[in-house]
Amino acid sequence: MSILINKDSKIIVQGITGNEGSFHAGQCLEYGNNVVGGVTPGKGGQTALDGAVPVFNTCHEARKAVGANVSLIFVPPAFAADAIMEAAEAGIELIVCITEGIPVNDMVKAYAFVKNTKSRLIGPNCPGLLTPGEAKVGIMPGFIAKKGRVGVISKSGTLTYEAVHQLVKQGLGQSTCVGIGGDPIIGTKMIDLLDLFEADPETDAIIMIGEIGGSMEIEAAHHVKAHIKKPVIGFIAGETAPPGRRMGHAGAIVSGADESAAAKKKIMAACGIHVVDSPADIGATVKANLK
Amino acid sequence: MKIHEYQAKQILKKYGIPIQDGVVIDSIDDIASAIEEVSREFSATQYVIKAQVHAGGRGKGGGVKFSPSKEKAIENAKAILGMTLVTPQTSAEGQKVRKIMVAEAIDIAKEFYVAITLDRAVSKNVVMVSTEGGMEIEEVAAHSPEKIIRTWIEPGFGLQGFQARHLAYSLGFEGDALKQAIKLLMNLYKCYEEMDASIVEVNPLVLTAQGNVLALDGKFNFDSNALYRHPDVVEMRDVHEEDPTEVEASKFNLNYIKLDGNVGCMVNGAGLAMATMDIIQLKGGEPANFLDVGGGANVETVKNGFRIILSDHNVKAVLINIFGGIVRCDRVANGIIQAVKELELNVPVVVRLEGTNADIAKKLLNESGVAIIGADSIADAAEKVVAAAKEGK
Repeated sequence: MSILINKDSKIIVQGITGNEGSFHAGQCLEYGNNVVGGVTPGKGGQTALDGAVPVFNTCHEARKAVGANVSLIFVPPAFAADAIMEAAEAGIELIVCITEGIPVNDMVKAYAFVKNTKSRLIGPNCPGLLTPGEAKVGIMPGFIAKKGRVGVISKSGTLTYEAVHQLVKQGLGQSTCVGIGGDPIIGTKMIDLLDLFEADPETDAIIMIGEIGGSMEIEAAHHVKAHIKKPVIGFIAGETAPPGRRMGHAGAIVSGADESAAAKKKIMAACGIHVVDSPADIGATVKANLK
Repeated sequence: MKIHEYQAKQILKKYGIPIQDGVVIDSIDDIASAIEEVSREFSATQYVIKAQVHAGGRGKGGGVKFSPSKEKAIENAKAILGMTLVTPQTSAEGQKVRKIMVAEAIDIAKEFYVAITLDRAVSKNVVMVSTEGGMEIEEVAAHSPEKIIRTWIEPGFGLQGFQARHLAYSLGFEGDALKQAIKLLMNLYKCYEEMDASIVEVNPLVLTAQGNVLALDGKFNFDSNALYRHPDVVEMRDVHEEDPTEVEASKFNLNYIKLDGNVGCMVNGAGLAMATMDIIQLKGGEPANFLDVGGGANVETVKNGFRIILSDHNVKAVLINIFGGIVRCDRVANGIIQAVKELELNVPVVVRLEGTNADIAKKLLNESGVAIIGADSIADAAEKVVAAAKEGK
């Protein structure tokens, strides 16, 4: 099993006729053979990916015609929040937004909009999801991963690949890898995914990769202590990053929390997470803590 | 993106927010006429000379001076304009003052703090106020958090009247000043949202002895993702306030931050870049920079990356760590080989390439004849580059 996506997912790609959209849609189709269509306003009725899938004008049409339950978004930043809301309104269960650079105020609105629907948003500004051997929804390189029993949650793209690579070297595969994105507003936070992995009978351990800034990892750590029985291995990038050269103080007093890597790691360790100090030891630490 | 106080005040003024006004000059030759103008336009008889730099804590560094007379104002202006201002928020070298504001002096009865920003924990904007204006607001947040009053904004609705009333009453305003404060808060929120600011901070907001409410200072930070909607804000950018190497890097879409160490690094992806810096330190070295080359690590990016890293003369060795997903490692390898040849590098370069076509890449590097130290893992790479940097001293 896996979380969120599997071989039965029916994926549409919003922005499928763009450069990036068509390239990555092709890669996803090749990986899981479950891309069923695309959406580009004004290009409805055409086909994409060398005739492999139909293109629709709206998510509504795509949902009705091909029964899509996952949407992958490659729409340019100025229009991406609108695309997210369109997918949610059409009833698409899982929305994965890869687009980088969406204005924060647009995301404040899109986040609130999605929350009022039954849809789940992953991202934006994320590498998407990969359930090895079954489905790829995003831009993660499929070949580096291997089917298995470790769940991966990460704020970062290439650092996720590094972690997956280390797991495979240790002979460990992954149930699902999820890149949640590093933007100030993201649809799905670490806590939500911890619960999904905890409930997945085919996940034995969870890797949580965070970064300096924000308080999501701290909330997740407290959640692990209270609700998660499976071993959780954590890494926070940015021990050596300089404290933000900021001008106002407002950012720092919002949460009141210390958002440095050291502070986060300390709380994570106190909550029973196996904290890795060196990014080179992620794979080995998972192996050592598998029951 | 940040702007100066005088630019912030121009924006606030546009949104109908009363401000401490003044005139900005960049040459001391204009001081007399500036003082005349401030006297005439704002009926001022006393003045404040304010250094215009992005960093906060200007008062502490001697960059803000009350001047009870014209003569004193001229004297203070001469001292501040052109000085190198060191504040708790600048680097140790300080920041050169290229512009000053000659402002009307305000007779202050009370000071307050007002800020609007995003609360990431709930994905909503939050308006925060405090009676402890003009103070170290972080100290207030740490020691008496109950003195900061917050109200969260429902997306799409904006700041509601009852919320502004709640904030203004909480600050103890009454009578006509209460009405002024409510109006100011409503306008400030409108400004924050319409201008796509990531932070608006008014510290202090003041109640004058005459019973008026106005912004004595103003700080904005803008959402860089939304700048395409605000060409007027882009024009306010002052590159003098930014690190010249970082400005140069941004021209090539490279995300570079200079640090104090001697091990340069070039990595794809911000998370992996930070992790690479972390492991350099764990292996006993000191990272010289953060550099994220993003998704397109081609010959040009690698060359520009090298030029920027090596413009820092502390750098004794360079580590390139690329995890190729979409990026093909063989292309990166070709970029590195060409860049090393063309730039005639005289520091050791350690290269670790993993992911798509990594095998071909390693072969290319081995056969190229250029002096590159290959590495097999992130740990191996860090050890090798730290050793190389130590030898290079």
